[in-house]
Amino acid sequence: MKILVTAKRVEDPESKIKVKPDGSGIVQEGLKYKINPFDEIGVEEGLRLVAKHQGEVVVVSIGGKEVQEQLRHALAMGAHRAVWVNHTGPLDQLGIAGLLQKVTEKEKPDLVILGKQSIDDDQNQVGQYLAEFLGWGQATFASKVESLESAEEKNKEPAVKLTADKKAVQVVREVDNGLATLECQLPAVVTTDLRLNQPRYASLPGIMKAKSKPIEELTPAGLGVDVAPKIQVLKLASPPARKAGIKVPDVATLVDKLRNEAKVV
Amino acid sequence: MEFELSEDQRALQQTARKYAREVVRPKAAHYDETATFPRDLLATAFELGLLNMAIPSEYGGVGLSHLDQTIVAEELSWGCAGVATSIIANDLANLPIILAATDEQKKRLLGHFAEKLKFSSFCLTEPEAGSDVANMQTTARREGDEYVINGAKCFITNGGHAEQYTVFATVDKAKKHKGITCFVVEGRPKGLSVSKHENKMGQRASDTVSLTFEDVRVPVQNRIGEEGQGFAIAMATLDNSRPLTAMFSVGIARAALEHSMEYASQRKTFGKPIIEHQAIQFMIADMAMNTHAARMLTYESAWLLDQGKRNTLQSSYAKSFAADMAMKVATDAVQVYGGYGYIKEYPVEKLMRDAKLIQVYEGTSQVQRLVIARELFK
Repeated sequence: MKILVTAKRVEDPESKIKVKPDGSGIVQEGLKYKINPFDEIGVEEGLRLVAKHQGEVVVVSIGGKEVQEQLRHALAMGAHRAVWVNHTGPLDQLGIAGLLQKVTEKEKPDLVILGKQSIDDDQNQVGQYLAEFLGWGQATFASKVESLESAEEKNKEPAVKLTADKKAVQVVREVDNGLATLECQLPAVVTTDLRLNQPRYASLPGIMKAKSKPIEELTPAGLGVDVAPKIQVLKLASPPARKAGIKVPDVATLVDKLRNEAKVV
Repeated sequence: MEFELSEDQRALQQTARKYAREVVRPKAAHYDETATFPRDLLATAFELGLLNMAIPSEYGGVGLSHLDQTIVAEELSWGCAGVATSIIANDLANLPIILAATDEQKKRLLGHFAEKLKFSSFCLTEPEAGSDVANMQTTARREGDEYVINGAKCFITNGGHAEQYTVFATVDKAKKHKGITCFVVEGRPKGLSVSKHENKMGQRASDTVSLTFEDVRVPVQNRIGEEGQGFAIAMATLDNSRPLTAMFSVGIARAALEHSMEYASQRKTFGKPIIEHQAIQFMIADMAMNTHAARMLTYESAWLLDQGKRNTLQSSYAKSFAADMAMKVATDAVQVYGGYGYIKEYPVEKLMRDAKLIQVYEGTSQVQRLVIARELFK
């Protein structure tokens, strides 16, 4: 089977994020970047599916030249080739989904796997839009039944299961009150949740091999997508600083403060 | 000149950093306390290609450049210098083969390291000959198609777990360093005995033993280079490995610096976090400055090797500066922590113990200065 996975470039969660004084964005200087952790889980799931059922994992990313670093990371994990949509400047979720729709139509994969959300914009929208644009079924927040310490996980078994006739996938989804299982006709869109798998490391030999794997360059104009954002960010601001807390000497004082000062009990 | 890592180097760094943070750090205190061989951590390093990273790709290795190796080495020792030393011990033992063996020997003696988790040991030091290599007492006597090795080696890293030993012995003691010859001993042949693991002050996760050779027979085809070339091979090996040991200091110092910054921001004395006391700020500024200076010196010494240039002077600058720097930075980290720094539940006293070894192994700080002076007055 052929699987298309995404690899968004996001700020490393270990970097300190600061808002620019004029509110026009965040301070880029000194930031480190990495592949969106949910996308990394998607790459891992794609690789596991292909290890079991044969096929190819194609990774796609949208952005300037710098996103090649995240594409190389996915290639070093084992993805077979990469597609780079060369675009700089603002993009909203509709623009991203529009570009991914065209890439999907061009690649004709059996499955598109995306992270459930990116840790920078926290939108949790692109996978759903993409399924809508393509008219495909979607399974969001893909998870698994067994734990991340299970034997299945150690054997790198895919959690997204192909049905016996290979025409559909069975996906366990994380929902508010537990897990829900659904079956989705292929081709389909799946978005990954945190408990789907433990992504493998990019090994040193993998990193060396990734250098010679192809990265195809596309552009929004070439794909015929108008990416002018419909949403405009007016201003960014830091969250209000919290007042320093206090330490209470005993439970009685704590209950008193909660009842009479915070008025929460 | 360039002062930025390439995309590939950042990728290597990321993998090594993730390994150090997620695999090594959680178990580092355990292996330090128990002084047991961290085989599970090394097995993961092997899977990721971090073990044997110096073996050229045509013999199944990763074939990293010297600069790439130093970038990885900083991350490994940031995780635990004892684990890092265990990893690099394989490279140290394999370097004489990489540098001086024939193609047939490389295939035969290096190839299997890429296929299976295996350890090898570099056996140069003796009870009476450490810095004074030319005083080597271990002998090799030719008998037909074999050499017969007799003698003792000490402080051998990975020695208790190795399945291959790169051994230096003299074919004629009278010739001093001109008699020294390099051999590869495969497996545990008859006559090779291994003592118990030494109870060290620091880097306790690394396995350190003494070896005794009693009529150990080695086939002639396992002699690396010609008779008498062993000293040159050993010195070339150390020129190649010195940037890595220097970088171990940088990894230790960076760990000490990061712990100190975190602790100094939290710990309060006289009504404010201690980082707001200028005396502490100055200590931390010095730690950061010296760590970075050592990193730059080390990058240069590795870069020279990658350019095919001799790096003896620069690698001794790097090794001596970095080792002394790490000792000072780790000691200062204990100082920043105050009484807690002296307690084993906090992470910095281990760094102080680990750092000390780098002033000693692979050329003491004194020998580095001898080399530097000799190079300067050449």
